[in-house]
Amino acid sequence: MTDSASLTGNVAGDLEVLSFGLGGETLAIPAAMVQEIIDLLPETAVPGADPLVGHVINYRGRVIPLADLRTAFGMAPAPPTRDSRIIVIEQALGDDATELIGLRADTVNEVTILSAASREPPPVIGLRWRREHVSGLVQHRDQIVVLPDLAAIFAPLR
Amino acid sequence: MSEDPASVFRVEAADLLDQVEQGLLDLGDRLDDMALVDAVFRGLHTLKGSGAMFGFDALAAFTHHCESAFDRVRKGDVPATAELVAVILSARDHMRALVDGTAPSADGEAILQRLAGALASATRDGISPAATAPASALAGWQLFLRLPVDAMRNGTNPLTLLDELRALGDCTVIARADGVPPLSELDPLDCHISWDVTLRGDISREAIEDVFLFVMDDMELRLDPIAAADSPLVQPVSSPPAAATDAAVADQGLAEAPPAARAVGESVRVPAERLDVLMDRVGELVIAQSRLSQLAHQDGGVALRSVAEEVERLSGELRDTMMGLRMVPVASLFGRFRRLVHDLARDTGKAIDLVTEGESTEIDKSVIERLFDPLVHIIRNSCDHGLEGAADRRAAGKNETGMVRLSAHQAGGQVVITIRDDGRGIDRARVRAKAEANGLVQPGQVLSDAELLALIFAPGFSTAAQVTNLSGRGVGMDVVKRTIETLRGTIDVASVDGEGSEITLRIPLTLAIIDGLLVRVGDSRYVLPLAAIEECVELSPEQDRQSEGRSLITLRDRLVPFLRLRELFATGTRPDPFQKIVVVSIGTERVGLVVDQIIGNHQTVIKSMSMLHRDIGSFSGATILGDGNVALILDIGDLVDAARPREERLRAAG
Repeated sequence: MTDSASLTGNVAGDLEVLSFGLGGETLAIPAAMVQEIIDLLPETAVPGADPLVGHVINYRGRVIPLADLRTAFGMAPAPPTRDSRIIVIEQALGDDATELIGLRADTVNEVTILSAASREPPPVIGLRWRREHVSGLVQHRDQIVVLPDLAAIFAPLR
Repeated sequence: MSEDPASVFRVEAADLLDQVEQGLLDLGDRLDDMALVDAVFRGLHTLKGSGAMFGFDALAAFTHHCESAFDRVRKGDVPATAELVAVILSARDHMRALVDGTAPSADGEAILQRLAGALASATRDGISPAATAPASALAGWQLFLRLPVDAMRNGTNPLTLLDELRALGDCTVIARADGVPPLSELDPLDCHISWDVTLRGDISREAIEDVFLFVMDDMELRLDPIAAADSPLVQPVSSPPAAATDAAVADQGLAEAPPAARAVGESVRVPAERLDVLMDRVGELVIAQSRLSQLAHQDGGVALRSVAEEVERLSGELRDTMMGLRMVPVASLFGRFRRLVHDLARDTGKAIDLVTEGESTEIDKSVIERLFDPLVHIIRNSCDHGLEGAADRRAAGKNETGMVRLSAHQAGGQVVITIRDDGRGIDRARVRAKAEANGLVQPGQVLSDAELLALIFAPGFSTAAQVTNLSGRGVGMDVVKRTIETLRGTIDVASVDGEGSEITLRIPLTLAIIDGLLVRVGDSRYVLPLAAIEECVELSPEQDRQSEGRSLITLRDRLVPFLRLRELFATGTRPDPFQKIVVVSIGTERVGLVVDQIIGNHQTVIKSMSMLHRDIGSFSGATILGDGNVALILDIGDLVDAARPREERLRAAG
C-alpha cells in the first residue's frame, strides 16, 4: 500500500479519500486502502485484547479484527445505529505484511477529493485527541476533516 | 499471477539438487552402481543447462566442472571413490548457495581444488576394471526413434539429433514416412517421420541416450545391440551373457531411462498460497452452505431442502478433497536426514545407518516444515549421545554400525513418528544427578520413570559431559518439546539401558483443521482442542461454593486445579446453574476449565489470529461456526500455565 505513505508523507497532489463519521467528527482515509464497506456483522469479543481491537468478525471466511477508532481518539463508546457500517481496509503492518482490519463507522459519507492546499498538520494545542494519532486536518466544505494516522494507531499492537 | 522465471528455476534447481544429493548418498554406499552415476550426471547436466538458460552463469560454470568429473566416472576413466562422492556432496551445497545467490566464491575455488585432487588420487589408486575392460566387442546398435508430434514446435530439431548420432560413428539413417498423414491434413509444424538408424562401432548406450537427453521423456526410442556381443553396459560382467540376456538388459535399460520423469508423474506444482486461498474459499462455501441449510429447514419446501442437502454433501466432499491437496508424504522430510546422518557419521567417526520406514505416510505440508528442526535435534542427540563408538559397541556385543530408525505411520487423526536408536539408552542416574544439580528436582524426590525421562525436555538440561560441536548445549530438547506442543502434538520417551532409546512424536495430521469441543462461556462460544481433553464433569453449585477460595477439586483421589473461564474472560455474566468442568492435560499436568455449557463436538477449519491479537496468549486461533459467527480456539498450554500456582511458576522461571 502506498497510500498511507502519501497520507503521512509528502502531499504533492490531492488526496482521494473515503470520509466517514465517528463520534460526531468527520474522518477520512485514503480511498485506495478501502476494500469494502459492509453492514454490521455478528461480533465476537476477544477477552484480553486491547479495547481498540476488542472484537473479531467473519469477513468472507476470514477472521479479521474489528477496530473501534473511538478508543484511539478518546471518544465515548456508543451503541451502533441504523447507519453504522464496517469499513474493511487493508493496512500495512510491519515490513511487508498487510492485514485486513474492519473499522467501525457511525456513518459512511462519500468518496471525495481533498485538496492538498487546504491540508494542515495537526496543531500543537487545541486538539482533544492524541496528536500522534492524527496525520493532518483538512478544511473541506466548511468542516474539518480529520486524517487519522492508522499506522501510528495500530503500531503499538504489533 | 505470472511468476518470475528465476524463482521457477530456483524451485526446479532445489529439486534437482535434492535428487543429486540422494543419488550421491546412495552412490556412497554402492560405489560401482553405474545407474546411480548416470542419475547424478544427468541431474548435474540438467542443472548446468537450465542454470545457463536462466542466467545463473556462476552456477553453470561451477556445475560444469563437477559434471565433467562425473562424466569421466561415467565413461569409466575414473572409478567413483568415497572421497569423490564427498567432494561432490560439498559441491552440491555450494551449488545450492549459488542458486540462492549467497555463495562466497572462495568456497567454490576450494571445492574445485579438492575435486581435482580427488580425481587425481582416484585415477592413481584405482585402475578400475570398468575402465580397462569396456564392452569392447560391441558391433553397433540398431535404433528406432520417433519424436513426439510437437517436438519441432517445442524447439527440437530432428536433424541436429541425427547429426549428433552420425558424430558417434558410422551411421545409416532410414526415414519411415508411414506415419505422415495425407497432404490435406498435414500440419508442416508437426513431426510425423520416424527413423531407423544403424549405428556401427563401439559406442556405449549412454552416449546414444545422451543425444536424446532433453527429449527422452516424451519420445519413443528403441535400442537393440547388433550381434551377440558383450553387454552394452559399461560394467564388468563376470560371464559373457547370451543373446537372450542382452535383450533383457536392453529392455531394462529402456525402463530405467527416465527416472526423473517417472518421479514427477502427473503432478502439478502449485504455490502454497494459492492452496491457502482455495482453502479460504472452501471455508466460505461451507459457511454459506450451512446458512442455506438452516434457511431450507426453517421455511423451505422439499425441493429447496433436497438441494440444500446436495450442496451440503458436495461442500463436505470438497473440503475433504481440499485437505488432501495439502498433504505430502513424509518421504520429503525423511530424505533430508540422510545427509544429516551422513555428516554426523563423518563428524563423530561412528558408523551409522539410517533406516526409514513409512515414508508414504502423509501429513500436512505446513506441519512437515515445522517438524524438521525438532527432528534434527532428536536425531543429533541419538547419533551423538545415544550411539556408542565402535569399540564400545563391539564390547557390548552389538553390531559395530549403529542404527537410527526413523518411522512414521498414521493412527487416527494423528501421525506417529518414532526415532529409535540402538545405542546405550538414556542414563537415568545421570539424568537424575544433573536434574538435582540444576535444581529441577529435590534430592530424594520420588519420580516415576516417565517423569524422570521427561526431565531431558526441561529447559537448560543436557547430560553430555562434554559439549560437542553437534549437541550438548542444552538448548535442544526443550525447544523440541515446545515446537511439538505448538503443533498440538505430544512427545514420549522410552529407553532401555544398553539397548537404546525411542522418542515418539504424535502430531495431528493437519494444522488446518481441529477436532474440537465447542463450549459456551457467558455469551461467547469457544473451541477446546479435543486431543487435550481428558474428561468432562459437572461442577455442582455446592462444590462451586465450597471451592470458592481454592479452585481445586478432587478427581479420582487427585487434586486438580481449575480455572473459571467466566472470570478469566471477565464476561460479567451470572454462572449457569449447572456448570461443567472440562479437564484438559498437557504432559502430566491437568487443569479443569469451568464453562457454562458444553455444546458438542465440532470439527473445524483453523484461522490464524490477526497480528494485532498476537500478544494475547490465551487463544491459538479462531474458527468460523456454522452460523457464520467466530469462535476462538483456546490455547491449552497457555491456560495450564495460567493455572499453575504462582510460586511454582516463579520456580519454573528461575
